Amino acid sequence: MEFLMAIVVGILFMAAVYLILSRSLLKVILGTGLLSHGAHLLILTMGGLGGAAPPVLTEGVTDFADPLPQALILTAIVISFGVTAFILVLAYRTYAEHQTDNMNLMKGNDEHD
Amino acid sequence: MINLLLFPIILPFLFAIILLFFKENIRAQRLLTVIGLLISLVAALYLVATVKADGVQAITLGSWPAPFGISMVSDMLSALLVTTTILITLFVVIYSFNAIGEERERHFYYPAILFMITGINGAFTTGDIFNMFVFFEVLLIASYLLIVLGGEKRQLRESIKYILVNVISSALFVITVAYLYSVVGTLNMADISVKIAEIGQPGIITVIAVLFLLVFGVKGSLFPLYFWLPGSYSAPPIPVLTLFGALLTKVGIYAIIRTYTLFFVHDTGFTHGLLSALALLTIVAGCIGALAYFDLKQIIIYNIVIAVGVILFGAAQMNEAGISGAVFYLIHDMLIKGALFLLIGIIIYVTGTSNLRKMGGLMKTHAPLGWMYLIAAFGLAGIPPLSGFVGKLLIVKGAFEAGDVFGSIIILASSLVVLLSVIRIFVYAFWGDPTIVELPKTNRRTFRKMMMPAVALVILSVLFGVGTEWLVPYMTDATDVLLQPSIYIDAVLKE
Repeated sequence: MEFLMAIVVGILFMAAVYLILSRSLLKVILGTGLLSHGAHLLILTMGGLGGAAPPVLTEGVTDFADPLPQALILTAIVISFGVTAFILVLAYRTYAEHQTDNMNLMKGNDEHD
Repeated sequence: MINLLLFPIILPFLFAIILLFFKENIRAQRLLTVIGLLISLVAALYLVATVKADGVQAITLGSWPAPFGISMVSDMLSALLVTTTILITLFVVIYSFNAIGEERERHFYYPAILFMITGINGAFTTGDIFNMFVFFEVLLIASYLLIVLGGEKRQLRESIKYILVNVISSALFVITVAYLYSVVGTLNMADISVKIAEIGQPGIITVIAVLFLLVFGVKGSLFPLYFWLPGSYSAPPIPVLTLFGALLTKVGIYAIIRTYTLFFVHDTGFTHGLLSALALLTIVAGCIGALAYFDLKQIIIYNIVIAVGVILFGAAQMNEAGISGAVFYLIHDMLIKGALFLLIGIIIYVTGTSNLRKMGGLMKTHAPLGWMYLIAAFGLAGIPPLSGFVGKLLIVKGAFEAGDVFGSIIILASSLVVLLSVIRIFVYAFWGDPTIVELPKTNRRTFRKMMMPAVALVILSVLFGVGTEWLVPYMTDATDVLLQPSIYIDAVLKE
């Protein structure tokens, strides 16, 4: 199962890298979304996919899934959610100001802004 | 008072929350920020004294036993860095009163600074690797706001790039922590160190070490990961640039020094060899950049890159002279970069441009600025009585002891380039005939008010150099913990 997850995560990373290297700003942001999905799945996988029951204390259950990676993922999810919201608004403002979403055209220097 | 080491983190956080409630009242914002930073500074100084007297301070939050809860650890290095951070922020905030403009002050400028200080101090103090990630995000999100605040065309463009680079490196941080967790099964830094020592650093740990170098190398602008820095740092206004240049990259450097002295100490031939090679390349890249530009900001920004290389080269030697040199140079560099950025901010204010070719003759009209700049420039290059000397001397000594003659020569040669690059600013801006350049009309009182914090930082950096003898016991404590991880581990996992 971990092997399968590793391949899925690898595909997510591949797609993320491909999208981040593209020219359109929106595709780049989609790429960061995929990248954080991959990272979160990777935490879950690297914690081990063993454990029969969800990590909730119940009578007679001894074999729990590892609760720590789940807490880490929850933290990482809200952080990447906040950052993604910020970057989306920033992309919107940048589009409004620069009139382009082409990353290659977003350049300039002091004399020529 | 076992919670003392949390005060420099919690106090700025508390004041930032209070400031959120009345964003229009600029006077109260300024006053409360300064008060908050002053109280934090007192707490930080008290913390330094406590660490000096009683050794490493450690606390595990919520009274859980050590590897299970989140540990906060304050050894001498982190206590000194926390103090320096608050000190520099205080001066930058006072400088901002005149430099940043009311429009920005009205839009959460001071809360953002205080949140960033919370993140930086937290990252310096934490003893838990995932908690370090969270504090990194705290300081990064605050820095995203600071870099884009104002919403100029250029700021928007550069902050897109800055945020993208940092989002990717944050994802890489999470991935690396996941790998490390799957190998050692713990997140507490002291416990990780114990577990790695037990399994004796197999190949996978070395791979994780290199991944950490990539993650923190992006934050700390190590070659070849510094590409984002010159563009992004030239976009925000000067006080923000000062905070970034003096503090942000240093968090990355601290994280590299911490992980490479606490975790990955069993196969130093490869990991530390790689670190020192990259550090030397960083110095060369920074030197090329510092000489290439005729723009005030870019010259000093590339000097950040050079200093990153020098500090990490010292830390990579893993002997006493090298590491204590790195600690000396780290704190010196925070102070002197703060002073230099504030001074060039004043030069830009006075001349109205950051292009060296359009300046000249400032010595006739603004002599104190010239002399202060000259002192700061000599301090940066490491002229003996000033602050940069001892650190670089120890780093070169450490490199010679470790047998790295080539590296030492590059360090020494880089000092010449640093001196050349900053003296060029002095020659172009201050010498020459004042009549050929038309100065824009500036307010003499504003100039004086802006000078005060800059002069204070220059004086502090001079005291740092002159008072080396007095600082040595503190530096020795910091170096001891880095060289003997057992002190750190015993303090956290006290039986």
